[in-house]
Amino acid sequence: MRRNGMPLRGTLAVIAGTVLIISTAACGGDAEPGATATDAAKGSTFIFASSADPSILDPAYHSDGESSRVTNQIFETLVTTEKGGTGVAPSLAESWEVSEDAKTYTFKLHQGVKFHDGEVFNAAAVCANFERWYNFTGLSQSDSVSYYWVTVFRGFAKNESDTLGKSLYGGCAAKDDNTVELKLTEPSAAVLSALTLSSFAIASPKALKDYKADEVGGTAESPLFTGTFGTEHPVGTGPFKFASWTRGDKLELVRNDDYWGEKAKLSKIIYRPIEKAADRAQALRAGSVHAFDYADPADLESLKSAGVQVIERAPFNMGYLGFSQKTKIMQNQKIRQAIAHAINRENVVKTKYGAGAKVANAFMPDSLWSYTEDFAKYDYSVDKAKQLIAESGEANPTLEFCYPSGVSRAYMVDPAGNFQLMKADLEAAGFKVNPKTSPWSPDYLNTTQAGDCPLFMLGWNGDFGDPDNFLGTFFQSFSSQWSFKNEPIFKVLNDAEQEPDQAKREELYKQANALIAEFVPGVPYAQSPSFSAAAKNVQGWEPSPVLNDVFATISLS
Amino acid sequence: MSLSQAEVVLAGDSGDGAGGSLGRDAWRRLRRNPVAIAGAILVFLFVAVALLAPWLAPFPPDKPVGQVTPTSIPGPSAEHWFGLDDLGRDEFTRILWGARWSLVIGVVSLLLGMTGGLLLGLLAGAFGGVVDTVVMRFVDMVLAIPGLLFAIGVAAMLGSGLEAVMIAIAVVNVPIFARLLRGQMLAQRQSDYVLAATSVGVRRRRIVLGHILPNSLTPVIVQGTLTLATAIVDAAGLAFLGLSSNDPSIPEWGRMLADTQRYLSSAPLLAVFPGLAIIFAALGFTLLGESLREALDPKYRR
Amino acid sequence: MLRFVVRRLALLVPILLGLSILLFLWVRALPGGPAEALLGERATPEAVERVRRLYGLDRPWYEQYFTWVGNLLRGDLGVSTRTQHPVLEELLRTFPATMELALTAMIFAVGVGIPLGYFAARRHGSWLDHLSVAGSLFGITIPVFFLGYMLKFVFAEKLGILPTDGRQDPLLDVVHPTGFYVLDGLVSGNLEAFADAFQHLILPGIALGTIPLAIVVRITRASVLDVLHEDYVRTAEAKGLKPATIRGRHVLRNAMLPIITIIGLQVGLLLGGAVLTETVFAFPGFGKFIADSIMARDYAVLQGFILFTAVVFVLVNLLVDIAYGLIDPRVRVA
Repeated sequence: MRRNGMPLRGTLAVIAGTVLIISTAACGGDAEPGATATDAAKGSTFIFASSADPSILDPAYHSDGESSRVTNQIFETLVTTEKGGTGVAPSLAESWEVSEDAKTYTFKLHQGVKFHDGEVFNAAAVCANFERWYNFTGLSQSDSVSYYWVTVFRGFAKNESDTLGKSLYGGCAAKDDNTVELKLTEPSAAVLSALTLSSFAIASPKALKDYKADEVGGTAESPLFTGTFGTEHPVGTGPFKFASWTRGDKLELVRNDDYWGEKAKLSKIIYRPIEKAADRAQALRAGSVHAFDYADPADLESLKSAGVQVIERAPFNMGYLGFSQKTKIMQNQKIRQAIAHAINRENVVKTKYGAGAKVANAFMPDSLWSYTEDFAKYDYSVDKAKQLIAESGEANPTLEFCYPSGVSRAYMVDPAGNFQLMKADLEAAGFKVNPKTSPWSPDYLNTTQAGDCPLFMLGWNGDFGDPDNFLGTFFQSFSSQWSFKNEPIFKVLNDAEQEPDQAKREELYKQANALIAEFVPGVPYAQSPSFSAAAKNVQGWEPSPVLNDVFATISLS
Repeated sequence: MSLSQAEVVLAGDSGDGAGGSLGRDAWRRLRRNPVAIAGAILVFLFVAVALLAPWLAPFPPDKPVGQVTPTSIPGPSAEHWFGLDDLGRDEFTRILWGARWSLVIGVVSLLLGMTGGLLLGLLAGAFGGVVDTVVMRFVDMVLAIPGLLFAIGVAAMLGSGLEAVMIAIAVVNVPIFARLLRGQMLAQRQSDYVLAATSVGVRRRRIVLGHILPNSLTPVIVQGTLTLATAIVDAAGLAFLGLSSNDPSIPEWGRMLADTQRYLSSAPLLAVFPGLAIIFAALGFTLLGESLREALDPKYRR
Repeated sequence: MLRFVVRRLALLVPILLGLSILLFLWVRALPGGPAEALLGERATPEAVERVRRLYGLDRPWYEQYFTWVGNLLRGDLGVSTRTQHPVLEELLRTFPATMELALTAMIFAVGVGIPLGYFAARRHGSWLDHLSVAGSLFGITIPVFFLGYMLKFVFAEKLGILPTDGRQDPLLDVVHPTGFYVLDGLVSGNLEAFADAFQHLILPGIALGTIPLAIVVRITRASVLDVLHEDYVRTAEAKGLKPATIRGRHVLRNAMLPIITIIGLQVGLLLGGAVLTETVFAFPGFGKFIADSIMARDYAVLQGFILFTAVVFVLVNLLVDIAYGLIDPRVRVA
């Protein structure tokens, strides 16, 4: 039993010491977080709470909002959306012309623009970017990587999969130093709006090459991009330049002092990932960040009473209940109409959405051009729903009703909450409801996409200001999600996309809305502003409905 | 979470055979222990509320009784003791009904986990040798994966639903019970009365089922009580990660707690009530289980 | 001792082999796959097929398994489909964060738990005993995320004395050569960064350490009680040794054995609890990364990370056994 043990007193001393260190560090003076963000001495550094890290900072390779929020500061597109709206406005291109047949787009570029690496921005640089996108191979052709190119331009120079279509891209020519001519293989009127997407931002061709943006390494089973363009050297023309990025921790941008337009007022932007909206709100109230997006409507009051500005983005989205007509019951139009009458959409919007949210009646926001209410509307009426069920010939109709977990969108703030309200409504009308839920991605999106949910809750955030981005996405052709074939609807949407004449397009989309409302492929129920929040001293933030804000106008007072 | 509790039992239990007077002795000590009494009261309340919820609850659990909006959720009032929830339902009613669901989750996942663990442990403990080695290596392997991650993994594989949650919690407890029972049986096998029985020629199966198993069960019962508590708490953790019932209108405390954390700033009490309910229920079982263990442990006899 | 260590390490091989196969089958049993997860809202059947082909997921599973093991032996853990970074890089990025957090939690649990358990045992049956037992058990019954939110609400938002989330104040300019932020602050001599990183660990550390705290209190109390009734303690008392000497030399030292065992077993618990704690405190760690990867069906990450966890778990417990041998010669294995 003779061992030199640490006597108890010693142990206690160590413990006491530890506790002391912890408590002194806890109360430690100047590094207090609440003070730092508002500390004027730190200069105009803007701390923004994002909800996740960007996936990659190469605009051609991302399709998520977290990435584009950052690349929108570093890169610029030829055309952009007008302030606070969704119309097309000049950016790197001063002006543009579309040919009669909607197959040739001519852009006049701004002169005297330079990339961050000192390279000159000109027509050749623009064409180099288009050629890069068009000539993607291997991993770069994956939909998970170059989604927007595939969606808008349909295919590549050499399609490596037979499921890709013939490319819409027909060539790019530098007419002179500041004139670009973009050719399409087929007429398309939607391309101009689509070019406002962050994914079509122009990067420095030299940097793309130097930092091997398209180099793929890894093994055959696990290919990955090995270049550093998208992680360490994103070079564009925008008002901010990339500085550093520690994933999971922070991403820093600094002001581009050689910017061609009005220079940014902030000297630095720091992005910090905080996943949950309530936690972002808390960080803002505690003063450790300046601003964040996607605020939870439930937090708006507490933010306002803490002296925080709440910024409302015009609704450019739409939440809907979808029907998959794979199942027999959903092929019954009376049942679809009965559901449309049974849901108390007004109540859902009031209970679960923030101020400014509205009931949606069509599959596109009411602010988008071509929207008029010349179509069948379904008012809330339990009696009508009951009557339609009786007429439908379905005794005891049972609905399998899917809703997602682990997701919150402006158009669907609290899916489980919406579900519970709708379930009660449907039951009141005489339906039996079988609830089914799964995590948003991939489970939920998979089952709905495959059409395996007879009744499902989804929505859409617009990418660009064209009805094609809403109606065309949903109903232009057969998809297993909806599982119906309705040739008149398909045709009118196809015609509308190709029609070069704006007035005629408007007419066609009106027709489409009427046809869709009559057919009831689903029930649109909500369109909601999305909310951002900013500390009291943040000024000059111009929120965009499609979330492509540029922070150059922001200043801290 | 439950992972380490088992180990406490393993390390803290001496594994002596139960004597005749132990039961009476234990009961006497249990009655005198204020911790045990507090635990028993909490458990009694919890079970009573669970059974009587339909008669105690003043409102229907799934129907709105008032209009709410995201930023105006009424708090406690004379009519609604705990206020309304985010869909305008009576929160007090939902808490009462929630006891029922938590009890179901606790009991079902305990029974599933215990049965699985007992079978494995019995297999290992009764046969020994190669069977024992294989089973215990398997148990080691599973124990090397953090419990909660394991539960998430199982639940993700099974898809959503309360069944998946209960199975996931149960599966995590299987190796714990298996190890516990095996350890007990090994200890019993060496004990004098088993050696005596063997020497007078009692058949092996009779020894195992008639003597070893019953005598090994005491710590299993104690562990079971503790597992009821951790199951309720674990269900909340899984709900926070999005793994819960298919029907969100079911008043289940774990989900209610997880879903209302976003109202912490706008309707703080809404985010706290389900938490308190979980704490009280789990505390009841834990206090009871702990004092039971101590009462049954001959070490603490004076 | 050496032979013991080697034997224990050799035992790792079958465990890892079995685990790797189980893991491999398990990730593939999850509904949906990385392709679907990656594409999210845009997962048309054609797109899914293209991505599956790209990652070789259309081949038979055993072929994929052998490729994976082959690469593993060469030190290549593959690429995360979710983040498009090598799995090893992700491991080295997230593991130090969780290590730091887990160590803080452990220090809290041990630092508070051992004295509490010790005094409870010394005054067995007293009100102090009951209170400390009940109080520590209280810790087990609070859902970790709920405790996290409460701590954050009180100390970060209302009192404003501790940060709400993350690992470091973003305004500080610090380099992170090791990935352990507290250590980085020390190494680079930046005391402000050190204090700041430490402050960021306190609340999540307490949230994560509460359950281990309860366990440490309980086990300390139990083993001290055990030892107090041992003959040698009574002998020592009878010999008239000073109480302080008895406590230090005999009681606490012998009671340490089971306590150390328990501490070793907390590793799994801490990594599991870290999933919740890291979510609440937006702490970019290992547990949260695994949970996200399960949701994203990120096969390579799940296989690599969980296998790594198992190795850590086994190694820590090996260390515990060695420490055991050092403290108590009776169990020293030849």
